[in-house]
Amino acid sequence: MERIPILKMGDCLLVTIQVDMHDRLAMTLQDDLTERIAKHRARGVLIDISALEVVDSFIGRMLGNIAAMARVLDAKTVVVGMRPAVAITLVELALSLPGVSTALNVEKGIALIRETLEHRRGGSGRSPA
Amino acid sequence: MAPGTSRIPDIVGKHEGDLLTDWMRNQLARIRRDLIDADELREQSRRFLALLRTTLQNGGSADMDITGPEWAEMRELLADVSRTRARQGFTPSETATFVFSLKEPLFTTLRREFARDADALGTETWTTTRLLDALGLFTTEIYQKGREEVIARQQQEMLELSTPVVELWEGILALPLIGTLDSSRTQVVMESLLEKIVSTGAGIAIIDITGVPTVDTLVAQHLLKTVAAARLMGAECIISGIRPQIAQTIVHLGVELQGVVTKASLSDAFAVALDRTGLAIRSG
Repeated sequence: MERIPILKMGDCLLVTIQVDMHDRLAMTLQDDLTERIAKHRARGVLIDISALEVVDSFIGRMLGNIAAMARVLDAKTVVVGMRPAVAITLVELALSLPGVSTALNVEKGIALIRETLEHRRGGSGRSPA
Repeated sequence: MAPGTSRIPDIVGKHEGDLLTDWMRNQLARIRRDLIDADELREQSRRFLALLRTTLQNGGSADMDITGPEWAEMRELLADVSRTRARQGFTPSETATFVFSLKEPLFTTLRREFARDADALGTETWTTTRLLDALGLFTTEIYQKGREEVIARQQQEMLELSTPVVELWEGILALPLIGTLDSSRTQVVMESLLEKIVSTGAGIAIIDITGVPTVDTLVAQHLLKTVAAARLMGAECIISGIRPQIAQTIVHLGVELQGVVTKASLSDAFAVALDRTGLAIRSG
């Protein structure tokens, strides 16, 4: 059965979606991801959707669900790499992914997670650039 | 007059050469010679006369309705002439003169032909006048249409030119909006902003609406859409340049700008943006 690979990077997990999502695949991804978050005590989840040319309401809802599940397990989810055309379509469809953080690319996504974790831990503000 | 009884087609056919010579002389005397050369003009005139003759012979003169199918070829020729003249820089009157200047040689010929029959001369003159007027007005109409196309194209170009996205600092973009924000413009604005976010990797975009005359619910909705799209790309938006009057309008209209940082001036917004990126400006 096809699976979406989940890569571990320090205390973050990286999920790169490159194929069309269907409900079975989404369910598998949710199962795998929650398991891995718990197992590795991951603090952040990065979902890279830069390969997706079409994001519909189904994927939108799935991203929201994953973010909510990760939050319960105390991990922050950041969706990265959305294309301009996809962003415009989502806004026109009135799907602005509430509750999901976004970043331009994986690098910025990791920086965002670091910043949030630091903020949460010490409240000392961001690390020096 | 009953259809087919007009002798104009015969007369045009018989005197085609003379008419062309006279007409050419007439046109060349009035026209600005630097804009068109005599050969081109002669060719256009010759084709017009030939088409006039054949169209009238084929029954096109029935009610002088030049919108009919039998006049299609003639309309095509005139449209072509109008369009080239509009491009060559002729005025509308100069363009219409092409057809109207045929009246004088044609009437002279008619007078010669109907020297003895004043009644027929009157009728034929009237018929010819109506026909040539219709054709002349048609050229003006096409000329106008050509101009309108130019205006529409320029509008489109202005639309593209009027939405610059500038990089104020590394990672900070500014989008100074000037003029009314409608849906088509929002689309262009959104696209250029998102493209710029991708190419510069900016994390903050300042949308300055100092130049937007009024903000109604629709404009506010367009702004919020742009902000939402930028957020999906991972960039935060600050709306600046909200004049006191506009602030009042927004509240009176009950528009919610929740979740968006708003500032009165671009400099305030820039200060916030610098702060977010961990930068500061010091004097000294």
